[in-house]
Amino acid sequence: MTQPLEIRKKQYKKLVDEIKPRPPLVRNTVGAFIFGGLIALIGQFLLNFFQGQGLSVNDAGAATSSTLVFLAALFTGLGIYDEIAKYGGAGTIVPINGFANSMVSPAMEYRTEGFVLGVGARLFTIAGPVLVFGILSAWLVALLYHFFR
Amino acid sequence: MVALKKIGAQTRWFQNPPVILACATIVGEKEGMGPLGHTFDKIITDSHYHEKSWEKAEQRMLQEAMQMAVERAGLSLKDIDFMLAGDLLNQIISANYTARNLEVPFIGLYGACATLYESMALGAMLIDGGFAEYVLIGACSHYATAERQYRFPVEQGVQRPLYAQWTVTGAAGMVLARQGPGPVITHATIGKVVDLGQQDPMNMGAAMAPAAADTIMYHFVDTGRTTDYYDLVVTGDLGTYGKELAQRILINNGYDITSCFADCGVLIYAPEQDAHAGGSGCACSAVVTCGYLLQEIQKGHYRHVLGIGTGALLSPCSSLQGENIPGIAHAVVIEAG
Amino acid sequence: MIFLKAFVIGGLFCVVAQLLIDLTTHKVTPAHILVGYVVGGVVLSAFGLYQPLIDWAGAGATVPITGFGHLLAQGAIQGVEQKGILGAFSGGVAAVATGISAAVIFGYLAAIFFKPKG
Repeated sequence: MTQPLEIRKKQYKKLVDEIKPRPPLVRNTVGAFIFGGLIALIGQFLLNFFQGQGLSVNDAGAATSSTLVFLAALFTGLGIYDEIAKYGGAGTIVPINGFANSMVSPAMEYRTEGFVLGVGARLFTIAGPVLVFGILSAWLVALLYHFFR
Repeated sequence: MVALKKIGAQTRWFQNPPVILACATIVGEKEGMGPLGHTFDKIITDSHYHEKSWEKAEQRMLQEAMQMAVERAGLSLKDIDFMLAGDLLNQIISANYTARNLEVPFIGLYGACATLYESMALGAMLIDGGFAEYVLIGACSHYATAERQYRFPVEQGVQRPLYAQWTVTGAAGMVLARQGPGPVITHATIGKVVDLGQQDPMNMGAAMAPAAADTIMYHFVDTGRTTDYYDLVVTGDLGTYGKELAQRILINNGYDITSCFADCGVLIYAPEQDAHAGGSGCACSAVVTCGYLLQEIQKGHYRHVLGIGTGALLSPCSSLQGENIPGIAHAVVIEAG
Repeated sequence: MIFLKAFVIGGLFCVVAQLLIDLTTHKVTPAHILVGYVVGGVVLSAFGLYQPLIDWAGAGATVPITGFGHLLAQGAIQGVEQKGILGAFSGGVAAVATGISAAVIFGYLAAIFFKPKG
């Protein structure tokens, strides 16, 4: 108790790291692999289906993303998505439907704060940064391509 | 002129120990299904409690718990000299709106999850200081309102780490009186804000444990009591790992309370309830103290209890700015009446 | 065969993200993962590495959010080819317009029609 604060902080950090439970790495990565893989598998089925309907490769891809996004919005609304995510971990974040979940979940909860500043604004809590950095980096890449091709 | 009722550095003793006249608790479904479910007065199964928003539900729980406590004390709201309450939401809205509806002179408090114990200590001081006959205190929290304010929306797919705690949905009210039947508050040790550099908003136990240990140690030093004086030393919401951390710090400093140490956050949920390290939130220490603990004291199972409310002073804003999460802890001695 | 490849690659993208979450500090949140993956997709695509992966693994590479970055980058590059510098501004978003609109529309509808359970 009488030691300088910096030393106490260091000692305490060591103690916290010692006692803190490690994440169940094997279970988590297996979960992420299976759920992420399954979603990609569903995506592949959809892709094949839409291409079979005569859509071009690009259009079939867009239709597949839209379908996955729709399913994610539905599952989030029904309150199932977070239950799946408990087991799927990153397997439910990385696929395009994770993006949709990150839009629906805050928008739904902030419905009580109105349509404009509640739903409208909160749809982009996480989607906003994703679009900002995605658009910015794609623009940069295209600019470099323009000048240095 | 020295303060007459001050002993040591941080502790106050009460000349005429204020009485805990009555208590009332309301909890959510998950808490109701936990091992302490039978000790609560009312269990609500709808997380919205028939209100439009979770915030309104939380406020309603607090108001009902406080009204129930006043009724049980055989009083009416007019008898109450002060209402002391707080919660976790920005600008302590649950407490503010409850005070608006109850129309009682109100002192709003924020002590994070230590709010109930902060209220008990201050309420006891108001009574023993001769400023009040009856003081109504209370605290509340709600899983959904706290999660969306401090962390992530509840429907977002986020894996909770094993050391994460579950914010208790519930509210408790308590009436303190100058005299009457019931357990009494004999001492209060007001804690300092302790910051040992924790930054993880998911690991509240680690943020609070140093403050809890600090307050417990000062309590023993100030009162000159030894650890075996108490049947039970119970912290608010350190959770499994925070409790372990506090225990280690105390042992390193020569205080071994292992045999009588408990934590409300560990008590409130069963391991299979998927709450990970246990409960947290204002309601955690509030409903366990006002429910289980006081019932055990009244049954005579415990005679000398040292209760420590623990709070993590987390703000989403400062957390994003890279600030640490400091902790606070206030201790109150409850003795069987 | 394409199904197995999609499963494995789609799964592996998620395993990497899971390790990033579990093995780094608490500061890596799902938002950081999503942002990092989109930018990562843009960069991989710029170096011409992402299209071969899609050719090999199909939805295993298009369904992860990195595929969204790839579409953005390829759209912007094609925009430059068609319209010069102006295309760098218009091409990216045009290529992902369907996905963004779907997310906004379905997201809005879900937020309106469902009440969160808590």
